[in-house]
Amino acid sequence: MHLGHALYVWLAVGALVGVTVLTRSFFLLPDGEPKLPGWLWRGLRHAPVAALLAMVVPDVFLSNGRLLSDWHDARLFAVGAALAYYLVRRNDVAGTILVGTGTLMLLRLGFGWP
Amino acid sequence: MKAGPAWRAAVDDPAWRHAFAQGRRDIAGAAIGTLAMGLVAGVAMAKSGVGLGVILAMSLLVFASASQLACLPLIAAGAPLWVIVATACVLNLRFVVFSVSWRRYFGHHRRSQRMLLAYLAGDPVYAQFVQRHPQPPAAGQATPQQQGYFLGLALTNWAAWHIASLAGIFLADAIPAAWGLRFIGVLALLALALPMLTDRAVRCSALAAGAVALATASWPMGLNVVAAIATAVVAGTWADRRWSPR
Repeated sequence: MHLGHALYVWLAVGALVGVTVLTRSFFLLPDGEPKLPGWLWRGLRHAPVAALLAMVVPDVFLSNGRLLSDWHDARLFAVGAALAYYLVRRNDVAGTILVGTGTLMLLRLGFGWP
Repeated sequence: MKAGPAWRAAVDDPAWRHAFAQGRRDIAGAAIGTLAMGLVAGVAMAKSGVGLGVILAMSLLVFASASQLACLPLIAAGAPLWVIVATACVLNLRFVVFSVSWRRYFGHHRRSQRMLLAYLAGDPVYAQFVQRHPQPPAAGQATPQQQGYFLGLALTNWAAWHIASLAGIFLADAIPAAWGLRFIGVLALLALALPMLTDRAVRCSALAAGAVALATASWPMGLNVVAAIATAVVAGTWADRRWSPR
């Protein structure tokens, strides 16, 4: 490997480690309480679940950047089955993931759905 | 070292050990998602054409599936470092948000401890922890139960990630793409998010955030997640004023 390229790759990996450490501990870094306006502190209680769902929703409804045009998609049924299970058996995270995964695998490997 | 004996005392505390075991059990379901994402990240890294030493360092230290998966093609293509860093920052923004909550539990621990705990706290750790301990301790110093529970969750999740990503790196050719493992990770995030929809205002802001994330999905560098979080804070503030929960 070219020396400059090797340096670049290692710098990139080091930068990614730094990003992980600094973002995860961002508001834990200062010893004093960080000063944010009160409405923002209160509003931030809405942020965690929104951040998680923002990672989920596009992956469910988009295929190669386009909205799904065919409902024959294992992902939709996996999410539907997981939601239905969650509504019946509240707070069972493990069961919800297993039901969704089982549905996904059945439709993809058993029926050859996308 | 001062930390040594204090740490030993904590581990010998039956309440700590009980909470640790509880954390280990509670993360088992979500660990399926961590295993799946670890495998996916491992396979992607093995097939990226980047050297094995780099891959192992990345897998063992970066410990963040979304930024690894997004940044690996950038590194392989020789993208400028600032683009790589900016992409990783945006994809890790949710951890900045989580760190606001962690501060209420661990804010009065020493800085090195705070950083280590936060480093270990991936998505499933955060989601399971706040579900079990919705009320932070009064003094910003986690109780032995909370510390043990956190480490039970975090170390199990950490181990699952590393086992899976190493397996993915070394068994890359044996894992068929048809399994669609990545979507198991998505299902796990969904299952972790559902219990966080605790009241009407949060459900309202989450719905708005999901819609915005979908509508802005074509934005570069994962900026749609930033748009979704901003939407949730604004919509949630409005909803809280309207319904004044709790």
